[in-house]
Amino acid sequence: MASPSAPVEGVGPARGRPPARDVAGLGVGRALGFVAPAFLLIGAFLIFPALWTIYIGITNYRLTGVEAVSPSIVGLSNYTKALNDALFHNALWLTLLFVLGSAIIGQNILGFTLAWIMRRTRPAVRRTVEAFVLLAWILPSTVVAYLWVAFYDRDGGTLNSLLGTSGTAWLIDYPMACLIVFNTWRGTAFSMMLYSSALQAVPPSQLESARMVGASGWQTLRDVVFPHIRGHVLTNTLLISLWTANDFSPFLLTKGGPNHESETVPVYIYNVALQGGELGYSSAISFLLLIANLLVSLVYLRLLRRRS
Amino acid sequence: MRSISRLTTAGVLGAAALALLTGCLGSSGSDSGGGQDANRNADAKKVELTIGSNSVKGGKSSAGATFLEDVLIPKFVADQKGKGVDVTVKFQGDGSDDEVYKQKLSLDLSNRSGPDLFQIDGIWVGEFAQAGYIKPLTDTVGDAAKVNDWDGWKQIPESVQALGSFNGQRYGVPGGTDGRVLYFNKKLFQQAGLPADWQPKSWDDIISAGQALKKLPGVTPIQINAGTAMGEATTMQGVLPLLVGTGATVNTDGKWLGNTPQLRQVLDFYHQIYSTGLGDPVLQKEAKGRDKSFAEFAANKIGILGESDYFWRSVVEPKEGVAKMADRDSAVGWALIPAMKPGAGVKGQDFVSMSGGGATVINPNTKFPQQAWELLQFMNSAEMVKASLDGAAKITQRSDVNSEVLASDPMLSFIAEKVLPITQFRPGLAEYPKISAALQQATADVVAGKSTDAAASAYEKAVETAAGGKDKVTSN
Repeated sequence: MASPSAPVEGVGPARGRPPARDVAGLGVGRALGFVAPAFLLIGAFLIFPALWTIYIGITNYRLTGVEAVSPSIVGLSNYTKALNDALFHNALWLTLLFVLGSAIIGQNILGFTLAWIMRRTRPAVRRTVEAFVLLAWILPSTVVAYLWVAFYDRDGGTLNSLLGTSGTAWLIDYPMACLIVFNTWRGTAFSMMLYSSALQAVPPSQLESARMVGASGWQTLRDVVFPHIRGHVLTNTLLISLWTANDFSPFLLTKGGPNHESETVPVYIYNVALQGGELGYSSAISFLLLIANLLVSLVYLRLLRRRS
Repeated sequence: MRSISRLTTAGVLGAAALALLTGCLGSSGSDSGGGQDANRNADAKKVELTIGSNSVKGGKSSAGATFLEDVLIPKFVADQKGKGVDVTVKFQGDGSDDEVYKQKLSLDLSNRSGPDLFQIDGIWVGEFAQAGYIKPLTDTVGDAAKVNDWDGWKQIPESVQALGSFNGQRYGVPGGTDGRVLYFNKKLFQQAGLPADWQPKSWDDIISAGQALKKLPGVTPIQINAGTAMGEATTMQGVLPLLVGTGATVNTDGKWLGNTPQLRQVLDFYHQIYSTGLGDPVLQKEAKGRDKSFAEFAANKIGILGESDYFWRSVVEPKEGVAKMADRDSAVGWALIPAMKPGAGVKGQDFVSMSGGGATVINPNTKFPQQAWELLQFMNSAEMVKASLDGAAKITQRSDVNSEVLASDPMLSFIAEKVLPITQFRPGLAEYPKISAALQQATADVVAGKSTDAAASAYEKAVETAAGGKDKVTSN
């Protein structure tokens, strides 16, 4: 049994953590009893399915046909298949484009701009606008997706009426651009809220000083505001990038079409699993997506730690 | 030190979980071969059965769901009560896309659960049989004579029985079937100076009618389904009827169709339509393209459209159709699908068609196999099949019912009399869905502007992967 005063390695944040201690004087057994339900739930609903996916990913398991009866382990062949699968490469590229366009650029810039504009408005106005913008974020994604399908529609869609471009099939001719605009619109509210609170942490005295020395708007942003909110920017970018990379709503707008032109990785996984019935292969791709997400998270965390 | 202890913990957890998982996966297939007593619960006085179907009241295939819930189940329950058996039958409806319904069923069946009886598409029978999810009726019911002596089989033509069969064994009782024709808009035909009793004799005749229609403003002359967005509709309404019109079938002597001259002829025909403005390429790419094509036909914007009798019964049907045409009976014409040239079709035919349909099968893991078989027979009795139509005309599996109910509908009689004798069915093999997807992709490539040769060679690669080797594919 560990001594209560001994620091427990590997628990809590790495930096400046307080020494772990047995707060309520509980024994390890009782403490474990308290955390067991949480571990059980995480184990059952997160770790178990994840390990299951990894395992299925090395088999030729299918939902129907002979392999459904007796799946066999095929080693890493699903992974080599993914390496040579042009449709998977296409999906990876589109996912990258989707994340870069709608999250890293779109939601960040628009969210920050709105927050910047709003910071000087009266609180009542600000709250109203925030509530309004937040609607986009709290509406179920299916509802939002179908609204956008109607907006982009070739016959009688709002976009065509607005632009006077009757008969343009936006979702067919420019599917990725449509998805990027849609996701930017939908996710901007979150970035705006995050940046609104971040901007409140910028000391007004520093802003005032910048104004007094005649700094331009851009200089103020770069030298005064940005150093204060750097952590927020990185955290926000990480979160929205991961959400976007895993987002399934492209399926609701285009089903990945036409001709795979908007088939991001989650949509491709769905199509492989549910239309082709190839559970083994789709599990392998899911695992690759998980690895990619972990790598991205690691890079961000490194950046976050270094900068702060 | 720290990282080692972390690694150890993670490793132990991972290994334990993997061992558990391996055990799980292994067990799912290990005892599937064992036979069960087909007479289990045969004398039960209290019985519970569930019928699964991809239909839901007020939604997908509403009429089918309404029949099962409101007519069949109460009648069967009453019938059994007369025999002293207390039966409860539950209806497990669904309203998903067919692929999703299939995967849900597969998951249930792989876990040895799922409804006692369920309806599936005829082309899934082979896959489900190969996976051991369904068994020949004689196995499930146990007594071959009991199954084979059912008087209903005599009323179901052999070609239709194939919908519920695999490798020469009956796995279920087929539901109705259908047939494909070319529909045309008589109003547009009149404006274009084309005859009201149009019957093309070759693909060239279709193209020349299209060219006449092209002169009308705002009209898309021809709609032959293409691309992946339309899914199986592309294969069934487009590629396969054209293919049998060249004399080839998608699977001959156990080999799948590869990059053959016949495939290229089909793709050339697509190219001819979609590169010259005879068809609308955008419509083929839209997620709801097929529904839109229906709406456009009903709005007199499409001249010729290839579809099954479903189009007549449920799409342009004046009262309940999804794209109602009040003047359907006078405005919509139909014609047999011609072979590429007279006599060039499969079996030397001048005209061709494709048919589909589904079957109701019994879950081999049902607690009540004997009662499920009784319900299946009851469901397919002449009386119930007629009741399922609820006054509407539809091609059923039973000849006796067809001859009675189709007489009043010239279109459906046409299908029953002229189309069914020349029609073809899809192969119920596990690889079929992937071959079908490859065919859809090939047409999508052509519509998107790729050359026929490029689309055909990409198709062949996909087929080789799906079929499991070059030796399983015909090409030249």
